[in-house]
Amino acid sequence: MDRRDFLKGSAAAGVAVLAPRFAVAQGATGYRNLLVLVELKGGNDGLNTVVPYADPAYYSLRPRIAIRRDEVVQLDARAGLHPSLAPLVAAWQARELAIVQGVGYPDPNLSHFRSIEIWDTASKSREYLADGWLTRAFAARPVPPGFAADGVVVGSSDLGPLAGAGARAVALTNTDQFLRQARLAHPLQVAQGNRSLAHLLKVEGDVAQAASGLRGHYTFRTAFPQGPFGQAVRSVAQVVASDAGVAAVRLSLNGFDTHQNQPQVHAGLLRQLAEGLVALRAALVELERWESTLVMTYAEFGRRPQENGSNGTDHGTANAHFALGGRVKGGFVGAAPRLDRLDGGNLVHTVDFRSLYATALERWWGIPSSGPLGGRFPTLDLVSA
Amino acid sequence: MPVPPHALSPTPAVLHDQGTRSIAMRLLVTLAVAFPFAAQAAAMGPDEARHLLNRAGFGASPREIADYARRSRIEAIDRLLAGTGRAATTPAPEWVTEPITPPRALRNASQEARRAFQAQEIGRGFDLRTWWIAEMLATPSQLTERMTLFWHNHFVSSQQKVHYTRLMYAQNVLLRRHATGNFGALLHAAAKDPAMVIYLDSASNRKGKPNENFAREVMELFTLGEGHYTEQDVREAARAFTGWSVDLDTAEFKFRPFLHDDGPKTVLGRTGKLDGDAVLDILLAQPATAEFVVAKLWREFVSPDPDPAEVRRIAARFRGTGYDIKVALRELLLSEAFWATESRAALVKSPVDLVVGTMRALDFRVGDPLPLALVVAGLGQNLFSPPNVRGWPGGEAWVNSSTLLARKQFAERIFRADEMPQGAAGRIGRPGGDADLARARGFGRMDEAGRERFMRALDALEFDPQHWAAEFPGAPTHADMIRALAAREPVSAVPMDADTRELVRGVALDPVYQLK
Repeated sequence: MDRRDFLKGSAAAGVAVLAPRFAVAQGATGYRNLLVLVELKGGNDGLNTVVPYADPAYYSLRPRIAIRRDEVVQLDARAGLHPSLAPLVAAWQARELAIVQGVGYPDPNLSHFRSIEIWDTASKSREYLADGWLTRAFAARPVPPGFAADGVVVGSSDLGPLAGAGARAVALTNTDQFLRQARLAHPLQVAQGNRSLAHLLKVEGDVAQAASGLRGHYTFRTAFPQGPFGQAVRSVAQVVASDAGVAAVRLSLNGFDTHQNQPQVHAGLLRQLAEGLVALRAALVELERWESTLVMTYAEFGRRPQENGSNGTDHGTANAHFALGGRVKGGFVGAAPRLDRLDGGNLVHTVDFRSLYATALERWWGIPSSGPLGGRFPTLDLVSA
Repeated sequence: MPVPPHALSPTPAVLHDQGTRSIAMRLLVTLAVAFPFAAQAAAMGPDEARHLLNRAGFGASPREIADYARRSRIEAIDRLLAGTGRAATTPAPEWVTEPITPPRALRNASQEARRAFQAQEIGRGFDLRTWWIAEMLATPSQLTERMTLFWHNHFVSSQQKVHYTRLMYAQNVLLRRHATGNFGALLHAAAKDPAMVIYLDSASNRKGKPNENFAREVMELFTLGEGHYTEQDVREAARAFTGWSVDLDTAEFKFRPFLHDDGPKTVLGRTGKLDGDAVLDILLAQPATAEFVVAKLWREFVSPDPDPAEVRRIAARFRGTGYDIKVALRELLLSEAFWATESRAALVKSPVDLVVGTMRALDFRVGDPLPLALVVAGLGQNLFSPPNVRGWPGGEAWVNSSTLLARKQFAERIFRADEMPQGAAGRIGRPGGDADLARARGFGRMDEAGRERFMRALDALEFDPQHWAAEFPGAPTHADMIRALAAREPVSAVPMDADTRELVRGVALDPVYQLK
């Protein structure tokens, strides 16, 4: 069967199930718009990712690990990309890549675990919340029951922004394997039980539902990179290829805690990131979903502007992040943090991370953000309607 | 909270035979309610014995349960504590006695030599994981291994960064030596352990060029817990730890005085020319440290939600005895909360609990434990390679859709009765066959011989229903069998008319089997 015929058929079949929900999401296209979150685990070094190569302070803070001016992939007169990110230039030139600079939050916490918890739960620095920000959003504005799941987490076991009982989230590493094993899961009801049992029963139920909505393997023309991140991207593409939708997908790239020997390690990680994102773009273009996909990176923090004594960087604060998609408005967003006005050696943020989330909720999904985010945060001009 | 009937009464809902034994048990429960002291002196019975053994160790066979069932709680706990060891009983892989490749040599090695070293260490990593699983299966003191694993998840290091399997082994030996000893001694030793020094970058923390990694994590994760120190404390402590390093020839701990910052520092209000040991002592003097460790022990042994008042009480005793770990364990195991019905089936089994526990509870014949080590890793607990310095988060985080399915797949595989005569080659990739098990972590990195070994060992795992049933005192009913395996009654329909293998398989696929 020709792929186009197939898409027509599946679209017709899908609409019958999904239509009621789309009527609810007014104006914007609601959860048919896909959000893909890419976590750069360990705290990516934003300054060596989006390099302020025209700022002499950058080179004096990092005499050993700075990216040389002639190696930077220059995007404008002030900033450019790490050379490993060169594969993203095509998306930049197509105006489908936005770079949000200075993303952070007040009163920053420098612990990996606490800071990623703050990001995942969209809490204030000294506020402790149990549920992920997407979980709260989905609890307030439910994803249509016809969807396979609210969210799918690929390749890691912590659910991050999808944690908590309010979201139907499944974690998987590979769609084929998931579908094959899912016959062992059954929706079960039990009148009484403790928290741990309730969690187990919820997972069983979520698996059973997702398995009924996710399809087997789609044959892509896109080649996916070897290695765990490339394979995670492949699984994301498989999930998106299924008829029954998911609203959000999260995948992770691990290893950004570059306290030492950063140049080599970081170059490898950013190459994986760039190649993975390029493959994701190609696969979603193939599925005709790139126009309805917003990809955003995030991490617990950036790293210290001043390099440390081991050719690396210690934990820092504000960071640069990427947004990609067919309807993303490419270019720089936000203000680059000043290297000459550090606070205790760290960058001062210019964009609150919850503004990224508010943008996803309001402008991408067309749902209110102040409830799930516990306050109003200005949205960014990142996507066109 | 509603109480699961199975946990509330020694007579589970599914019990058919209302024999004299259960009447006697009821009497005991009545006595226990009326006379709290009698509860400590009275025989525990099989339910409590299973509860204690599953928490203090990894699973228990019907024979062990019966042995403990006739003891009182206090007698049983003191027996467990008296039986702990300081060294493993399983012979270590032979390479642990070979001279170590000096870090200096590795630093100057060619790309090719370095790759050869990496390949060797990956192979040794399989040996090491297999060795530890073998020890967990064979040890005369399950509690020793549970605590060794607990400390592995506390003083975290990972082979992913340390590379030297030998150093990961040495750290494991150290953790076991102190596993139920003194926490202060353990902290000082673990801080200077070469694997730790490498893992948390102490070796590159130098005077004038501090690296805060160890200083931060020792406060946040090893002692005080978050919120009990300031960023300034981290910076100052990092200076105190400067000079801690690893000898480039022997890979042993080495203090380099000329890299040490011996100026005055202030950590948690104490000022002086503090060195690393002095900072550790300052951390040990803080009540927050004892409370942090006891709360973590509580989540390991008792329930997901530590009772703050109880934690404070036990922590005070713990610190009062100079951090005697057995004192903390004894208090926790004797606490009302430990035995409370709400605490039964309240913890999610870790992959080690599930895999090693299943082998032990059902008295599987295990030849080569290699596949068990890889399955444990595939379920999210890759021993010697925790995900990050915080270790495995545990609890509900063990189970998500992907790990739950992998757990069930494992259960289904090991209770499959039919023999599968083909070699490994024909089996891998067969839908629904061992393809998923073959994704057990690390499988892809093994050579053909390794894969063959994996498959053969997996096939050799053997459950003998007759042999197992014979371990019960008297002929067991289905209900007796279920109670020996599950911490509360199954929620799905377990086939009551099935044979022993079918029954056990049914229990192992039920959601409650994931609980302890």
